[in-house]
Amino acid sequence: MENNTIQFELVSPEAKLVSEPVKMAIIPGDEGEFGVLAGHASLVASLQPGVVELHGEQDGVEPRRIFIAGGFADVSADGCTVLAEEAMLVSDLDQSSIEQQISDLREDLDRAEEELDKARVQRRLNLENAKLSAITGKLAAFS
Amino acid sequence: MPSLRDYRDRIKSVKSTRKITSAMKMVAASKLKKAQNQAEASQPYASAMAAMLARVAKNVVVSDASSPLLVGTGSDQKHLLIVVTADRGLCGGFNGNLVKAARVKINELTTAGKDVSIICVGRKGRDLLRSGHSNKIAQSFVGIFGTARVEFADANQVTEYVLEQFEAGAFDVCTLIYNEFVSVLTQKPESQQLIPFALPEVAEGEEEPEEEGQVSPYDFEPEEEKILDALLPRNLGVQIFRALLDSAAGEQAARMTAMDNATRNAGEVIDDLTMQYNRARQAYITKELIEIISGAEALK
Repeated sequence: MENNTIQFELVSPEAKLVSEPVKMAIIPGDEGEFGVLAGHASLVASLQPGVVELHGEQDGVEPRRIFIAGGFADVSADGCTVLAEEAMLVSDLDQSSIEQQISDLREDLDRAEEELDKARVQRRLNLENAKLSAITGKLAAFS
Repeated sequence: MPSLRDYRDRIKSVKSTRKITSAMKMVAASKLKKAQNQAEASQPYASAMAAMLARVAKNVVVSDASSPLLVGTGSDQKHLLIVVTADRGLCGGFNGNLVKAARVKINELTTAGKDVSIICVGRKGRDLLRSGHSNKIAQSFVGIFGTARVEFADANQVTEYVLEQFEAGAFDVCTLIYNEFVSVLTQKPESQQLIPFALPEVAEGEEEPEEEGQVSPYDFEPEEEKILDALLPRNLGVQIFRALLDSAAGEQAARMTAMDNATRNAGEVIDDLTMQYNRARQAYITKELIEIISGAEALK
């Protein structure tokens, strides 16, 4: 194939965040991470909170890492579209405030009495934990 | 007969009212622009979601085992209405028309013997529905439209509440009533059934044309059914968010139109008053002249 890039789009309910050709996108699927290259088989997948890695056209450039709070991916011949409810650059995440959030949420979880509240707090806790591991994963990669 | 001073005071007060309404019109116009931009920005997500739903729906056989969000609970006794209005007034018939439409729907359902509960989004709808239906209001969300923009998180609050209530079996059918943004001049009260959700129909012969060797069948990860189960609540959120955005844009448009009318009316009132003021002044001058002349005549 002459063209070895794939059109990647990341949309949130509030805006279209990314729309560019990439060489490879690594996407955190519910059943494990998967990479999408040009010519990937058509696929619909649900995603878990995690990091989307975009590898640009040039080699040797650090991939862009974007945290998403779960969503869906739609891969077709036209390109790859990721629907995310919330998305931000991993470099914009602040480790100390997330750790603070996690400890707050843990306390809330202990205090929550109703099942519904518990489930809600647990969901947010999982999300913050995923954020934290997105950062620490990156730090580990540097050292 | 009012004195000249009375006319002057009235003209002054109408003029300051006109200043306020024309300022409100301009504020509404700029907010409308923002709301429209936001509605536009949310379009890609909504259409991608719709495309994905259609794709999955094509591959799923709807059965009794499917998610109750899709097939319903098997009953339609308990209805939940989500009534979306503005938080603030002074926007013409925007809130009134919507509440009227909601009341019609409520009456229809209650005469059919159904149980009705209401979620109010927006302060005005809550206040208006309180008279007559206060016992049916299950929950109100107020202040969503107060800030500069409607956040998806705001819509999510509503969505989460609806889903929790649905899981708890508080209702069988959920209908959204909101003002659809047709144009700047028209907002139409619209009702849309959210639960059970009607999947987009795939008409026969409308299947994507199969290019040779190009179109590969879709893989699903995890299975179609599981994806559908995960997609449906998300879709609910998207639909509610879209309705909120439509309503926010409609509110500003309605306010802009209302304030434009008010400004024009104020102008007409000022013209009328100025005319009357001038007449009164003329009458006063004429009267004085007559007095002077008749005084002079009397001295002869």
